[in-house]
Amino acid sequence: MKPIETKQEYLEYVDKKSPNSPIFKNCINAFLVGGLICSIGQIIFDFCEYNGLDYTSCSTIVSITLIGIAALLTSLNIFNKIGKFAGAGSLVPITGFANSIVSPAIEYKSEGYVMGVGGKMFTVAGPVLVYGISTSILVGIIAIFFV
Amino acid sequence: MEFLQSIDWMQLFRCFIVGGFICIIGQILIDKTKLTSARILVIFVTTGVILGALGIYQYLIDFAGCGATVPLLGFGANLAKGAITEAQNTGLLGAFIGGIKASAGGIAAAIFFGYIASLIAKPHIKKQ
Repeated sequence: MKPIETKQEYLEYVDKKSPNSPIFKNCINAFLVGGLICSIGQIIFDFCEYNGLDYTSCSTIVSITLIGIAALLTSLNIFNKIGKFAGAGSLVPITGFANSIVSPAIEYKSEGYVMGVGGKMFTVAGPVLVYGISTSILVGIIAIFFV
Repeated sequence: MEFLQSIDWMQLFRCFIVGGFICIIGQILIDKTKLTSARILVIFVTTGVILGALGIYQYLIDFAGCGATVPLLGFGANLAKGAITEAQNTGLLGAFIGGIKASAGGIAAAIFFGYIASLIAKPHIKKQ
């Protein structure tokens, strides 16, 4: 085998060696699980609305409940198994955001409660919040001048 | 049980389809590009903020309800909506406050539940 010298060659090598992921099957799984999670959210939302709560409270309760369920499933190590099956189906809904906070919080417990749990909690969620919040502030500032 | 009768099944169906399709987009990004999940989440939230700011995402929310709000795109759209509404009410200060105020519940819940989970659960050794 000839030695790998450039990054391009390395990527080609990795492409050749890594198993082809069955993209169609993955998409079906993602569709089903993602749709199911959103539907659970919708039922919680309908239940809150049925009990006379306003729109904002309903959607906040939906987020908090789904995040709570995801946190529970993550600590029972069930979320990983769902994630392996569903791929983006459990990553893209708010449950993926919750998992990205809860999972490192548990894994890095051994590094201490301040820098381990408190710090590592944001390895994935941190960037999400940084870009989400920064863009939203820019959008708000633009809205003052143009809307 | 009256609640079960009040469920709008068509709404639930639209929610399922739209939520599922958004996840398919994520799955294609995972399979076709070498993006890490952190990057994908960032892309989704930022896209959500932009679509929300342009007012496009609101149509999807009206159509699909939680099918649009539960995926991270909806989290982004919610940030944008909060920032814009608050900015129009209280100006520059509102632009800073609005986004997080609108999504405070979710962020706080994730942090709190994460901390509680770390107190209770034992670390699982990841098998790669």
